[in-house]
Amino acid sequence: MKYLQGEYPIIQKQALAKDIYSLVILCPEIAQIACAGQFVHILPKGFGLRRPISIAGIDKTAGTLRIVFVIKHQGTQAIADLNQGDYIDMIGPLGHGFTLLPEAQHVILVGGGIGVPPMLPLAAYYGGKATAVSGFRTFQQVILQEDLESYGAQTICCTEDGSAGTVKGFVTTPLEQLLSEGADAVFACGSIPMLKAVAEVCMRNQTYCEVSLEERMACGIGACLGCACKIRKDHQEEFLHVCKNGPVFKAEEVCW
Amino acid sequence: MADLSVNICGIDFKNPIIPASGVFGYGREYEEFYSLSELGGIATKGTTGTKRTGNLSPRIAETPAGMLNSVGLQNPGIDYFIQHELPNLMTKNTVILANIAGSTPEECAEVAQKLDATDVHMIELNISCPNVKQGGAAFGTSCQMAEQVTAAVRKATKKPLIVKLSPNVTSITEIAKSVEAAGADAVSLINTLLGMRIDIHTRRPVLRNNVGGLSGAGIFPVAVRMVWQTANAVKIPVIGMGGVTSGEDAIELMMAGASAVQVGMAVFTDPYAPVKIIRQMNEFLDENKISSVREIIGTVQPW
Repeated sequence: MKYLQGEYPIIQKQALAKDIYSLVILCPEIAQIACAGQFVHILPKGFGLRRPISIAGIDKTAGTLRIVFVIKHQGTQAIADLNQGDYIDMIGPLGHGFTLLPEAQHVILVGGGIGVPPMLPLAAYYGGKATAVSGFRTFQQVILQEDLESYGAQTICCTEDGSAGTVKGFVTTPLEQLLSEGADAVFACGSIPMLKAVAEVCMRNQTYCEVSLEERMACGIGACLGCACKIRKDHQEEFLHVCKNGPVFKAEEVCW
Repeated sequence: MADLSVNICGIDFKNPIIPASGVFGYGREYEEFYSLSELGGIATKGTTGTKRTGNLSPRIAETPAGMLNSVGLQNPGIDYFIQHELPNLMTKNTVILANIAGSTPEECAEVAQKLDATDVHMIELNISCPNVKQGGAAFGTSCQMAEQVTAAVRKATKKPLIVKLSPNVTSITEIAKSVEAAGADAVSLINTLLGMRIDIHTRRPVLRNNVGGLSGAGIFPVAVRMVWQTANAVKIPVIGMGGVTSGEDAIELMMAGASAVQVGMAVFTDPYAPVKIIRQMNEFLDENKISSVREIIGTVQPW
């Protein structure tokens, strides 16, 4: 695996919702080798640790990557303060992404909140064969539905308070319905409770499922062993690492 | 081009910069960025007698000018290290410092004995890990225990033995003298300072282990002070570390008395930090017309 680090220009910045920003970054050598589900490790100016942010768009022709992130604390705030024309310090592409299934006829992309952005490269790959189920707390946080549709994916938007979308409640309700009609695979990213619920629904319906996990991280490349997650392989539980072994894991192997 | 080479315990280093144990794994990941032969040496991830799974996540928390970690010595065990990692490292044309740890003096000695039969250049005995319940810092915070574990390892190996000291003590010079008396060939310091952060919304510690080791630029002044005190208290060489982020920091630590310098958290901020530090040291020496880095060791002129 080859890692690249550099300062790359931001060529587009967009506010998507309160505290949620989209950046398009010109980084041809990273874009060329990036895959759906991988992430970039971004250094906010003046901070010691980088922030892992999932890749939300890969344009190999234009040589760009897109990231969509939410401001959580000062670090992500510093990234959000960058503007078009500024340079961003980034290592990438990192991690092990989603499995692409060329034979699949129907896949379901489940994104919760800021877990929706990594679904975009999957929507780009599967196009009309994908149904994207997105869950948000409320209407103000709804993002990227048109983007998912622009790739041909069907979208089902859920909000916990029913203030937007067609479903009031959690993503698992439409997911149960979709799985009863049959699907080849489910790919999911979101909070741990959501991922756990999605994994259970998939297990019950005997549908293959991959989840993208998140953990506090330092090196981002598998050296420091900071971002441990418990994974079951061959009936044995062990600590693997989100940055290198993941962030994408088979749902059945994750010890929730 | 100044001469950056140093010699510690009879081992030649092409330059004094060594990525610290725990930040660099076994070098495989960073080799994707640059050739490991550019480094003076590599201190490998702490290795114990048998495989350790480490602590639950979160293991990492950022702090102003630093970070906390509570990895807890996750490692595949000494046999795996010797079989699968060390042979690869020994081909990299850099000095390999095998960092070892254990719950008991016997475990540390057993690990050292196994390494004694390999080509590894040096052994760095960690008596200062704050993240494990047994051994670790418990060895490094009492002169008697530090002496006992050092003596046990000394008996088990003829390799140059570096003992890595904890800063979480009242007097680091007393501990340093104890391990010197017990046969250590060098000391390295400082390991992380014990720290803690709390998420005020959940009232839970950020680290799943509650407490962890503080590293990064914020601890650099503590490192300078402790290196200076220790270098004045023992006759064996001191390897300095703790929050080094630039060539100037490395020069400063050497002026305080360090014969070589390890680089920790800076590698996370910038994977190229060790090679940049080497270049910056060179620039400083050239600009100041100092022909060899050895000339600056311990040259601070205290008031």
